[in-house]
Amino acid sequence: MISGKRILADFKVYSRGFLRNKFGLFFGLIFPVILIMIFGAIFSGGGSGTIYVYAQNHDDGNVSAQYLSAINSTKTLQVITIDNSVNFTEYMAQNSIENGLVIPNDFSSNYAFRQPVNLTIYTNPSGSTGGTVLGVIGAVNNQFNLNAFGGFTLISISQKTVGSQESYIDYLVPGLIGFAILVNPMFSLVEISSMYKKNKLFKQLSLTPLTKMEWLTSKILWYIVLSAASFLLMTAVGVALFGANINLTVWLIPFLIIGPMLFASLGMLIGTVTKNPETAGVIGNVVTFPMMFLSGTFFPIAFMPEYLQTFAHILPLFYVVEGLNNVMVYQNYTGAVIDLAVITVITVVVFILAVKLFKWRED
Amino acid sequence: MFPIEVTELRKNYGDLKAVDGISFNVKEGEVFGLLGPNGAGKTTTIEIMEGLRERDGGDVKILGLDPWKKGYELHKKIGVIPQEFTFIEKTTPNEAIKYYADLFNVKVNPDEILKDVLLEESSKTYFEELSGGQKRKTGLALSLVNSPELLFLDEPTTGLDPNARRAIWEVIRGLKKKGKTIILTTHYLDEAQQLSDRVAIMDHGKIVASGTTAEIIQKHGSGEQIEIYGNEKLAEYIRGNTELQVNYDKNRNLITIPLKKKIDALAALAAAEQSGIDWGQIQTRQDSLDDVFIKLVSEPLDEQGGRGVNQNTRKKGFLDD
Repeated sequence: MISGKRILADFKVYSRGFLRNKFGLFFGLIFPVILIMIFGAIFSGGGSGTIYVYAQNHDDGNVSAQYLSAINSTKTLQVITIDNSVNFTEYMAQNSIENGLVIPNDFSSNYAFRQPVNLTIYTNPSGSTGGTVLGVIGAVNNQFNLNAFGGFTLISISQKTVGSQESYIDYLVPGLIGFAILVNPMFSLVEISSMYKKNKLFKQLSLTPLTKMEWLTSKILWYIVLSAASFLLMTAVGVALFGANINLTVWLIPFLIIGPMLFASLGMLIGTVTKNPETAGVIGNVVTFPMMFLSGTFFPIAFMPEYLQTFAHILPLFYVVEGLNNVMVYQNYTGAVIDLAVITVITVVVFILAVKLFKWRED
Repeated sequence: MFPIEVTELRKNYGDLKAVDGISFNVKEGEVFGLLGPNGAGKTTTIEIMEGLRERDGGDVKILGLDPWKKGYELHKKIGVIPQEFTFIEKTTPNEAIKYYADLFNVKVNPDEILKDVLLEESSKTYFEELSGGQKRKTGLALSLVNSPELLFLDEPTTGLDPNARRAIWEVIRGLKKKGKTIILTTHYLDEAQQLSDRVAIMDHGKIVASGTTAEIIQKHGSGEQIEIYGNEKLAEYIRGNTELQVNYDKNRNLITIPLKKKIDALAALAAAEQSGIDWGQIQTRQDSLDDVFIKLVSEPLDEQGGRGVNQNTRKKGFLDD
């Protein structure tokens, strides 16, 4: 008979021990938040996608001013005008500028009289933005050329966005929540289940009425609590610092329950079937690390080559992260249900295996 | 019915007969010491009695229950400190007792239990910060939470300093006074002698002697003997001029003569005096439990030969305490 009182007693002792261990607390709660801050800062900080173009305008007519404001209005490029007196190429070199534009002094008058006029564009061939600069300026030029000869646009574009406007941080928050759901229960259970076996603590506990199922359940409960706390912290940081667009619904709850259950059981299973804590640690890492990086935690798996994407589909964490993305980013609940079904089946199998193979006593 | 009844118990690990057909009973309120060198089979025996290991043969009844089949039921009635007791690091003895009380679904006053095991002053110290002796006392405290009548203490003082060992002995004596039946394994002879009403000496999976320490010494010891410090010539002289059996230890210059009758001592001394050879200190002595122990576990006692090979290492192990 499973006893709630015993589960609660074990939960109390374990959670208290966890909270008293500063390292565990840091790794369990603070570290994922730091990751969100680091990755958020790297990929979202000023990450509006704007490319800066430094321009020297030798023309004093109003056509060149219109021309520069047309470039600015593309939103892809932003013009920063520098003084005419400086040596442009030296200035670029000194300030490590990648993109530059020089407008000659006869720009406005030549344009008005339909005379050819030549702009100079500087780009860095090893830089990543040169192509975009040439493309955008080329498009602005076409528009100006067309206008000069009274032409009109035959083919136009109307832009529409699909779904909500996702940014990297929107993917990062569910990804790193998945990371926390994986790492905390997995590493802890691999460690304690192999350590308790080595130092015979399991044997001692087997002499009390606590059952192994109750022991594992209390650990799972603790990691559900920890994952929920982690989730709240990371979401708060993602929204407050980086303006993440996150859809908070009750659909998140099953993922925050089944995820920790899956990885606590998997950690327990690894700790149980390995001979000693050292081997358990190695196997634990072999299982955890590929999952950590290849399940869409730090970047969407679409960035990976196709064979790695196929591989990702056998990793349980992939379905947790995909499910969280489906709920939090895409609001695709049909997809989320499928992900949930997959991880539920895996969890049930792993949980049963862990409890079956886990020995309190020896034969 | 005895609280502990063990009959023809056997346990093999591959080809090794860890426990080889042993039988004994323990009476209510008795402290029973299971004594033996490392690897004698003590822990396997005690773990089978606790229901932690399955036996290969024989019969074991603990409080009338089969410990392997009825382990869950049995564990509510017994208290155990396993060898090298350990606990969750960042938990205090006080919290550990409350935890066990919740697991056993009993109400206890942690302070009272801590007082019983002389651990009141460390009740709020994390387990990882306790000394070796205090850790074992925590183990003892936990084994008392369910108020068991029967306690299993597996090497409760191994690795502790002499003061800590004596403190644990005090606790065990206190438990004995309260009428608890205690089974204790140890490889310390003094511990077995100090605490146990009866002991069984195990070696190579068998019980080689059992009873009170006095009975064991009487049965397996060499009896009274006279010891004279002198040279080999003196030994030869006494041997030539009396009917006595004279042994001589060259390294220690020690002549040992077993005494069948008290009067034999007089004959030995008279011969020594007659020889005109100088001799030193004289004394009579009887085998101690140490002597008997070393004899029993390091000499061939029955048809098994070749045990003497390990004699030196064995002796060292016992006497190194």
